[in-house]
Amino acid sequence: MTILFFVAAAVAVIGTVGLITRANAMHALLYLVVSLLASAVVFYTLGAPLAAALEVIIYAGAIMVLFLFALMLLGAGGRQTAQERAWMRARSWIVPGILVAILLAELVYMLAGGHLGGAAGTPSATNGIDVKDVGRSLFGPYLLGVELASLLLLAGLVAAHRLTREDSEDSNGPPNERDTDGPVEPAKGVEPRVPTKPVNQAGRR
Amino acid sequence: MKPVPMEYGLLLAVVLFALGFVGVLVRRNIIFVLASIEVMLNAAGLAFLAAGWRWARADGQIMFIFILAMAAAEVAVGLAIALKCRQRFNTLDLDEISKLKD
Repeated sequence: MTILFFVAAAVAVIGTVGLITRANAMHALLYLVVSLLASAVVFYTLGAPLAAALEVIIYAGAIMVLFLFALMLLGAGGRQTAQERAWMRARSWIVPGILVAILLAELVYMLAGGHLGGAAGTPSATNGIDVKDVGRSLFGPYLLGVELASLLLLAGLVAAHRLTREDSEDSNGPPNERDTDGPVEPAKGVEPRVPTKPVNQAGRR
Repeated sequence: MKPVPMEYGLLLAVVLFALGFVGVLVRRNIIFVLASIEVMLNAAGLAFLAAGWRWARADGQIMFIFILAMAAAEVAVGLAIALKCRQRFNTLDLDEISKLKD
C-alpha cells in the first residue's frame, strides 16, 4: 500500500507542477485533472474510499467541467481552429496520458490483488474508515455543519447568478464579443429594439 | 499489507500546498490562480484525511466533505468574477485589474 501511495503521490506532484508551468490553460487543466485523480488514489490508500469517490465525482468531474465551461466562454473567437489543430498534436497530451496510464495500472493492480475489499482481508482493515460511520457522524454531531454548508452553497449560487447577470450598468463598459452574440439587457425604461429580444433573454436565463 | 503512515500523507499535503501557493503567487491569469487555489484546498483536505486515518476516526472525511462544498462554492463565485472581469476589462491579467493598488 505504501508503494501505491508513493507512486500516486509522485503522479500528483508531477501533475501539479505541470499545472503551474503550462502556458496554455487547457493543457494546464489536463494536468490538474491528472493531479486530482492521483489525489483520489492517495485518499484511497489513506483509508478514505468515500473521499476518493467524492474527489473523482466532484473535483475531477464537476469542478473541472465548470472550469472548461468558463474557458469556453472566455476563449477568443478567431483563433479557435488553429488552437484545436494544435491540441490534436500528441505532444500536448502524451505526458498526461502516461500519468493516467500509471494510475490505471495501480487500479488494475489493486483490483487483481483483491485490495479493494471483499474476499481478501477484513473490510475494515483494507477499506479504511467505514462509510457508515462517516454518514452517522455527518448527520449526528455535524448536522449544524451540513446546514451551514447548504447555506454556503446557496450563497455561492446566488452570488454566481448575480455576478454573471448582464445588467444595465454594464452598458458603459468596453465592448466585447459577448455583446455581439446575444442582446444585452436593456436599461430600465428603455424599449427593446427588436421584438425577439425577450425570447432570447428567456432562452439565455 | 501495511497501512500508510500519517507522516507521508502530511508530507504530500505540504508539498501540494506549497506548489499551489507558488502557482497563486507566480501565475497572473485568473484561471490559473483559481486552479492553484483548488490544489491548495485539496492539500488541506488531504491533511485532514491523513489525520483521520491515523486515529481511525470519521471526522477527517467529514472535514474533507465540508472543504469540498466550500471549494465548489468558491470556484463558482471565482469563475463568475473571471467572466465579469473579461466583460468589463477585456482581460484576465490580475496585474491589469488591480485598481486598489493605485
